[in-house]
Amino acid sequence: MISDSVVRRLEQQAVTIRRHVVEVAAEHPCHIGGALSAADLMTALYFHVMRIDPADTGRRDRDYFILSKGHGVLALYAALAERGFFPVEALKTFEQTGSILAAHPTLHVPGVEIATGSLGHGLPVGMGMAIACRVEGVPNRVFVMMGDGEMQEGSVWEAALSAPRFELDNLVAIVDQNRFQAFDAVERIVPVEPLADKWRSFRWSVIEINGHDMRQVVEALERPPEAGRPTAIIAQTVKGKGVSCLENSPRAHYTRLTPEEGTEALQALGVES
Amino acid sequence: MSLYDEVKSFPALMLELGEANPDLFVVSQDLGKVGPFAENFPDRAIDVGITEQNLIGVAAGLAARGKLPFVYAMAPFITMRAFEQVRTDVAYNEKNVKIMAVLGGLAGGPWGSTHHAIEDIALMRTIPGMTVLAPADLHETERAIRAAAEHPGPVYIRMGGFAPVHETDYEFRIGRAVMLREGSDATIVATGTMVQPALEAHDRLKARGVQARVLDMHTIKPLDAAAVREAAEETGRIATAEEHSVIGGLGTAVAEVLAEAGVGRLARVGVQDTFCTEVASYPELLAIHGLTAEGIEGAVLSLLDAGSS
Repeated sequence: MISDSVVRRLEQQAVTIRRHVVEVAAEHPCHIGGALSAADLMTALYFHVMRIDPADTGRRDRDYFILSKGHGVLALYAALAERGFFPVEALKTFEQTGSILAAHPTLHVPGVEIATGSLGHGLPVGMGMAIACRVEGVPNRVFVMMGDGEMQEGSVWEAALSAPRFELDNLVAIVDQNRFQAFDAVERIVPVEPLADKWRSFRWSVIEINGHDMRQVVEALERPPEAGRPTAIIAQTVKGKGVSCLENSPRAHYTRLTPEEGTEALQALGVES
Repeated sequence: MSLYDEVKSFPALMLELGEANPDLFVVSQDLGKVGPFAENFPDRAIDVGITEQNLIGVAAGLAARGKLPFVYAMAPFITMRAFEQVRTDVAYNEKNVKIMAVLGGLAGGPWGSTHHAIEDIALMRTIPGMTVLAPADLHETERAIRAAAEHPGPVYIRMGGFAPVHETDYEFRIGRAVMLREGSDATIVATGTMVQPALEAHDRLKARGVQARVLDMHTIKPLDAAAVREAAEETGRIATAEEHSVIGGLGTAVAEVLAEAGVGRLARVGVQDTFCTEVASYPELLAIHGLTAEGIEGAVLSLLDAGSS
């Protein structure tokens, strides 16, 4: 059972992650909505759940994280910076010439395991990592975060189909189900529901949570796996979570905040103007 | 004892490499078990089923953990359906993955164009950091696989040359062409399955008094540009021969070298930008599309008729 104080600490940390995301989005257009929807999940992973070491990114006993929805990168960069993988000041260089921080994760960024950006790539790669760890007999876990729009990619289901065959109980797929893709609601473009049923029918152990309830998030990520089965966490989230003008709006996918919106959003996140 | 008495069968070779390296995995797609390797190392013989995109991602993930995955798959499907995974998960992510592809070129014969790969070399060649090999016979295939295991970085190996080509021992080095016949009138630059007909073409040309050099270009990338330039400077005329489209493969790679060096005159023997839709056995399909000793001979003669630069 996770303590109230840990939950509070993580909730505060998530606010800091969102502030970094909003600060970038106040400067130039970016994939803000999918970063904000993933912020609580990312915080729980990087500040509580995963075994990682910013001072030694290659340690053999580390857990692996793959941001398969690579456009949600601002949440990942903010988490890595806050966790000490690189200086927080570097976040200001996002997408600038000469920066290490591109709009999708690359191997230039300390702590990034796999460069992503094209959807549907993360789960197969995570499956390979999980097979390697299982063959070694080590307890490392592999977390792969995907979007619900990404569920439209066929390669996701190739991996979903084949992973249970290898009894990868060290593999965790996280679906950040914020219900919007680039130009409209997932439901209006090509529905992916019933999502939990799909993963169950593919023989995954499925956990459904509110992706913004930190206690639920941590408990899902820390729950011991069902023996021999990979785990799929279906996290209900809100695209643009924490910035009221973006929440549940198609605009949240990729936008720049106006100066007024930026100020208002930062105030809502507790930053004095 | 010839070179070929010592050639290891593919399953025996993978077993040997697997015994020597506990990090070596064989990752395949419903292509049968690689025999003794799978029996001895069941944990390291991964069959992901008919999921090419997934297969390459899995291989990249294994490599991300420091493993040495050898993908064993069919050329048309692994290079085309999983192209983006090869490009992004493997090459862009700098993962040490080896791809061993069967059914290259027209080997699928009457199975039809779905099962032909006349684009694989072109596709793999465009990927930064990718090494592309097309060994000419079983002996060279063994050497190519051994070299790939030692080479840091992704390698594509188009398997398929069977008829013995190399008569004497030689050094196999990635990126280094092997001169199989000397000659001063023209040079045949051949790769993979076309090396054997290139040797036959050499004999036929010799009977006509034409001395054709033959280069076994087992590495298409990085191409042995020095050997190509030297051949152009010394023999003027170059005919390339490949079981592949004339677009994007060996012929194109050689053309790039010649054009940039401003030397030589080129003829390309290959599939002429067409699907090979005739229902025919593999050898007949090769004959229909001119991928034969006669075809290569004709290309060299046309170069001689046209004069030399």
